[in-house]
Amino acid sequence: MFACIYIPNFLVAAILRAEPELRTQAVAMLEGKPPLEKIVAVNEKAEQLGITPGMTKAQAELCTELTLRLRSSLQETAAHAALLDCAQSFSPCVEDSACDTVALDLAGMESLFGSAPDIARAIANRAAALGLNANVAIASNFDAALLAARGFPGITVISAEKEAEQLGSLPVEVLFAEHSGDPTPRTSREMGQPDQEQKQTSLLETLDRWGIRNLRSLAALPEVSLSERLGQDGARLQRLARGAVLRKLVPVEAPLVFEEAVELEHPIVLLEPLAFLLNRLLEQLCARLGSRALATQELRLTLELSNLTGIEDELENPGIPSESDGDADASASSTVVSCRQTSFVRTLRLPLPMLDAKVFLKLLQLDLNAHPPGAPIVKIHLAAQPARPRSAQGGLFLPPSPEPEKLELTLARIAGIVGEHRVGALEMLDTHHPEGFRMRRFVAEVARRVPQKRNPDAEEASSVVTAMRRFRPPLRANVTLENGQPVQVVCPKRKDVQGDVLWKAGPWRFSGDWWEREAWSRDEWDVALQQDGSLALYRLVHDLLGGGWFIEGTYD
Amino acid sequence: MSSAVVSTSAALSRHFVFEDEADAEASSSPGISSSRAALDRTAPSASPRAVGSGPSIASVAHVLQSTINNQKSAISLAPASRLEMRPVPAMVSSGIAELDALTGGLPRGCVTEICGAASSGRTTLLLASLMAATRRGEFCAVVDASDSLDANSAAAAGVELERLLWVRCGDSSSKLGSPQSKDTEKKNKLRNTNPVEHRLEQVLRATDLLLESGGFGMIVLDLAELAPLVARRIPLTTWFRFRRAIEHTPTILLAIEQQAIAGSCSSLLLQLGDAAPSLLDSVPTLSHDQGLQPFGRLRSDTNPSESFQPAHTQLLTKLNIKAELVRSRLERKPARSVAGFVSKTAWAG
Repeated sequence: MFACIYIPNFLVAAILRAEPELRTQAVAMLEGKPPLEKIVAVNEKAEQLGITPGMTKAQAELCTELTLRLRSSLQETAAHAALLDCAQSFSPCVEDSACDTVALDLAGMESLFGSAPDIARAIANRAAALGLNANVAIASNFDAALLAARGFPGITVISAEKEAEQLGSLPVEVLFAEHSGDPTPRTSREMGQPDQEQKQTSLLETLDRWGIRNLRSLAALPEVSLSERLGQDGARLQRLARGAVLRKLVPVEAPLVFEEAVELEHPIVLLEPLAFLLNRLLEQLCARLGSRALATQELRLTLELSNLTGIEDELENPGIPSESDGDADASASSTVVSCRQTSFVRTLRLPLPMLDAKVFLKLLQLDLNAHPPGAPIVKIHLAAQPARPRSAQGGLFLPPSPEPEKLELTLARIAGIVGEHRVGALEMLDTHHPEGFRMRRFVAEVARRVPQKRNPDAEEASSVVTAMRRFRPPLRANVTLENGQPVQVVCPKRKDVQGDVLWKAGPWRFSGDWWEREAWSRDEWDVALQQDGSLALYRLVHDLLGGGWFIEGTYD
Repeated sequence: MSSAVVSTSAALSRHFVFEDEADAEASSSPGISSSRAALDRTAPSASPRAVGSGPSIASVAHVLQSTINNQKSAISLAPASRLEMRPVPAMVSSGIAELDALTGGLPRGCVTEICGAASSGRTTLLLASLMAATRRGEFCAVVDASDSLDANSAAAAGVELERLLWVRCGDSSSKLGSPQSKDTEKKNKLRNTNPVEHRLEQVLRATDLLLESGGFGMIVLDLAELAPLVARRIPLTTWFRFRRAIEHTPTILLAIEQQAIAGSCSSLLLQLGDAAPSLLDSVPTLSHDQGLQPFGRLRSDTNPSESFQPAHTQLLTKLNIKAELVRSRLERKPARSVAGFVSKTAWAG
């Protein structure tokens, strides 16, 4: 059992997939260099208006209700990839027959998806979810399914031994429609294509002269006589018309590339319309990833800009992190600005594989708000790095943890409020530096594990540790010394941090990183200051390299 | 008389009843009941037209009275002791046994305030609570208004850092010796806002987002470095909103501040080491060869200029922290409201 998925009027379908609002309008596709653009494809409504392929742009523009779009290879490639994803979601054995046609082997699929009509309906629904209106046909042999998909709209199921009967009503042109909708011919077909087309045209003319209009008439012709007059081609066409060709399916391994792109006729300046387009692209990407049971952990947004002015601004702006920054991994996203191209790239790295278009959109919006492109956008390219979806099972007795998608959005929003590198988890560094830590991304999922059972005796033995609060930056202090020991501390910036030293301990000398440019060396004191009837403990630091006194923090 | 039956000439057959709820008071008062009886007696003669056109006032009053009595019997009054109570919040350990004995722990789904002056032990208590929460496997968040969390202290306290989300509010440069960042000042001028207000706004917005996100076992608002006048700028409605957001959730909202600012929104209020007489008890003791001595006495006995004892021989080993339970909404009344505990320096074990 084979199924064939065919997208009628593929050029227009690719555009309609990218711009669904055009489905209710008359649309015509243009191709060629200005001013010699010609119409290459039209939809049904445009046909009703009298627009036909081959008309010039000037002729088509006379029709005010017509929407003209330039043919986009990017969108056609994306539509074809979506078609392959649709087929791959049902069967691993898929043949990439043409740009608008894929076939799949349904052997053994009944137990998974039900009967043949159920499978056909499921395929059509999946294609519709991916933005494609497809004809789906199921037959016992591959070519019969192909012809039925190209000839009959909607869903067609041809039972075994009844191929000739059901295909009989199709016009003979169906046999030659193999390349009609193929905008990007495969390499194997490129050789001798003009000769083949000429041959097909002559065959069609011959059949027309004989009065052969449909496949039933062709199938009824005597086989030997047809072969004598039309040669092997005639015999092949007749076998096709009878549904008797037994050909093996040539499976392809579709690469896991998930990319969507849109080219804009008019540059976008504001982020709001950009978000609208991003939403559409993200929904398509998520639908494709979902059809392959995948998620993504990295989204790469490439914006083609109309000029270089904005790029230079971005390069001059030191606030934008780049991949060359040392802590690029710690950030949720990073920027790569290419000097040679007018492209602006943002990479959104997620801690966990996700598949939620709304979350992606919000994250991209927050990211673009923080790092605007700086120039009008003429092309949007969005690529998702596929990853296996995370599998986690919650437990009844596990402590609560933030939902990863929600948490990611929350962190992005908080980063927008307090700063990109000022929210996250602490990671201690292997150093004696007083600020020997760095911020890293906070991930709720990775750390989710069952808390270890601890020895109750050890729990009791562990005591409360005196904590310190740091002043960032440290407070510069004027210190009065006697015998080399501080006896009075005055902090000009904070009037509450000053007084006589009631008690002191120290100094303890610390130094490190002497081999680096940012070496540090200091004496630390613990001092108690008397302040307006209260007592406070501070850490006083004497910077031996810079030569100043600072109050670094308070014991609290 | 708070209850009256009135018949009007326009609609003689219709009667109006005013303030019948207060009838119980009226009937219980002997003066009022006597005057009412007098009215009942005189009513037929006072309004002859009413008598002639419909039922007598006395009979109507009697019917109404019986109706009211029936209604009163239908309304059941339950004693306050039998009223349905709010569910008692689950209590979890604060990480300090003495405090748990005093308060029963920290209540989930409630706001807990910890107040105190500088060096009163607020941060020690905060880190102990974070340690206990993260060891339970919960995720915690600290919204740090003054960017003052010390990573070394947190690690030494046993906090599982991978479970701790740290939100550092405010703009500051952490380089030793660098003056207040000029960029920061420029930014503040451009924003035309007070940096403290800006910081407070950051704290509130971040807290709102974290509460909305959910899933955290403990969210800490560290307002300890904010002056009480500044901290009081947080409107009470915001605290109500916070309380409402964590209600019926396992999240503990812990606020560290100098003075209590959440008002009745906090279910537990702890005051740490504020009393002046406890100064000597709360100051660090010295590990000295001659024994432990409070340094207040040391100050009075010795002159620093004549001190023969090197300062580096004196060590800060521990803090005696005193906590007072100011307010608790728990049912259980504590036997005592003050508890003390000792915190040791990280190196002292």
